[in-house]
Amino acid sequence: MSDTMATDVDAPPQSDPNRPPMARPEVPSAASDDGSDASRRLRMETRKLNFWYGAKQALYDISLKIPEKSVTAFIGPSGCGKSTYLRCLNRMNDIIPDTRVEGDVLLDKNDIYQSGMDIVDLRRRVGMVFQKSNPFPKSIFDNVAYGLKINHMAHGSALRERIEKALKQAAIWDEVKDRLDTSAMGLSGGQQQRLCIARAIAVEPEVILMDEPCSALDPIATGKVEELIYELKRDYTIVIVTHNMQQAARVSESTAFFMMGRLVEHDRTEKIFTNPGGRITEDYITGRFG
Amino acid sequence: MRTKTRKALSNVVVALCGAAVLLALVPLFFVFFYVVKQGFSSLNWDFFTKMPKPVGEKGGGMANAIVGTLVLIAIAGAIAIPIGITAGVYLSEYGKQRFASLVRFTADILNGVPSIVIGIFAYGLAVLPVKHFSALAGGLALAFMMVPIITRTTEELLNLVPGTLREGSLALGATRARAAFSVMVPAALPGIMTGILLALARIAGETAPLLFTAFNNRFFTTRLDQPISSLTVQVYTYAISPYEDWHRQAWAGALVLVAVVFIFSVLARVVTRRLERMHRV
Repeated sequence: MSDTMATDVDAPPQSDPNRPPMARPEVPSAASDDGSDASRRLRMETRKLNFWYGAKQALYDISLKIPEKSVTAFIGPSGCGKSTYLRCLNRMNDIIPDTRVEGDVLLDKNDIYQSGMDIVDLRRRVGMVFQKSNPFPKSIFDNVAYGLKINHMAHGSALRERIEKALKQAAIWDEVKDRLDTSAMGLSGGQQQRLCIARAIAVEPEVILMDEPCSALDPIATGKVEELIYELKRDYTIVIVTHNMQQAARVSESTAFFMMGRLVEHDRTEKIFTNPGGRITEDYITGRFG
Repeated sequence: MRTKTRKALSNVVVALCGAAVLLALVPLFFVFFYVVKQGFSSLNWDFFTKMPKPVGEKGGGMANAIVGTLVLIAIAGAIAIPIGITAGVYLSEYGKQRFASLVRFTADILNGVPSIVIGIFAYGLAVLPVKHFSALAGGLALAFMMVPIITRTTEELLNLVPGTLREGSLALGATRARAAFSVMVPAALPGIMTGILLALARIAGETAPLLFTAFNNRFFTTRLDQPISSLTVQVYTYAISPYEDWHRQAWAGALVLVAVVFIFSVLARVVTRRLERMHRV
């Protein structure tokens, strides 16, 4: 199913070994209720995605499927294009001048790069958590309220309720409920990152992109964020870029291995880490390079 | 041995630096000392509350000029602050375009234009067409001086705000402009406020742009379409007059001016520190 340096590897994670591999894994509808990963509906998909920074090509023909309500991890050495790819999924690269995209990025079967796409609505639906926590220099309350306000999603008591809900979902409510009006800058690094996650989920996105969300956190804070990711995947589709192999193994259902702008392998996480399809993947995972 | 010469050389350089600092501070100190010494004795309650007396009569004050200066600063600020901040946001957010570098260059040139030239420009723009001097024309001239300062300060401070904040805002569905005004500007606000207050302090002490825009007025007025008095022009007029009593009042006016500039500068520091404390914990 997955081979080395393939340009068109698309293996939706399959945890059910009895399922026959599908020739063209479109939305698997027949087995949608058995709870296995393969049964999940596709949330996002890219087809032959190419990306350029100026004249330099950063991504080559990436075709990848992201099933809903699961965690997909991207691993690979620095500069392999995994963050670039992630940022294509909510068109965050648009703000970088001189960049160019080719190919399709589908969100619920709609191409997000088509001309009529409302980019504001797209980013509401595909949220993002960044490598370095970036709370706004406002109060904790205002941080979470920000997305709700600019999208005109709630105000008054409804706003309060949704903020409380988001903070609870992000497992930070108990730590901040008595200081909602104080500055978010006073929180610890791990708390700030969870606040950023609360901020992202407050607008009820369908997909949450996480770009190395734990790289600046200590092990305890990392553990909390990972637990949170584990909880969140019940409701959200999560895509996480990580440099930490153990983290990918712990939190994700499927893992994609990138190298030099290409998708080398994408499979069930378990398979990637125990029986990788390609030599390069194995070398990377076992720490022989990268 | 070499260590000794090296140390000696180091000491000499440090001493030279200290001497340079002293040289820079001495004139400032003397100006301040002299203005206080000459002005303080002439300062009394009348100076703040009374109008100028006719020539030859002793006493009187500069109430009209003090109010006039405040009116002029208010007009200038009302015009220049919104324009300056918006232009600064433009430069910071879209600063890589060719037009932006033209704007930046123009702002720097404008900042270096002699204030008398700015005054002439405002004269042509706001005095000639209506055929009389006005507070509005004076405020406009001062605004021209403020805009480039605020623009560049805003731009520089926005550039210091981490770009990750902008991305965080965009990722929540904000438009570029929304991200700029709801996240970036508030984050840079303490510094921008400092820039604004320092710009106000700077224009509060300007004389040349007012000479043929706001002109002067021996009577109390707050009408914007009439000539208005200002501390600087009043000090200038009194200082070159032949009357001893007017000289005395000119010194008092100079002292009040210095105090106004000083207050703005202190205010800038206090406000900055307040806002910063609010942001970080």
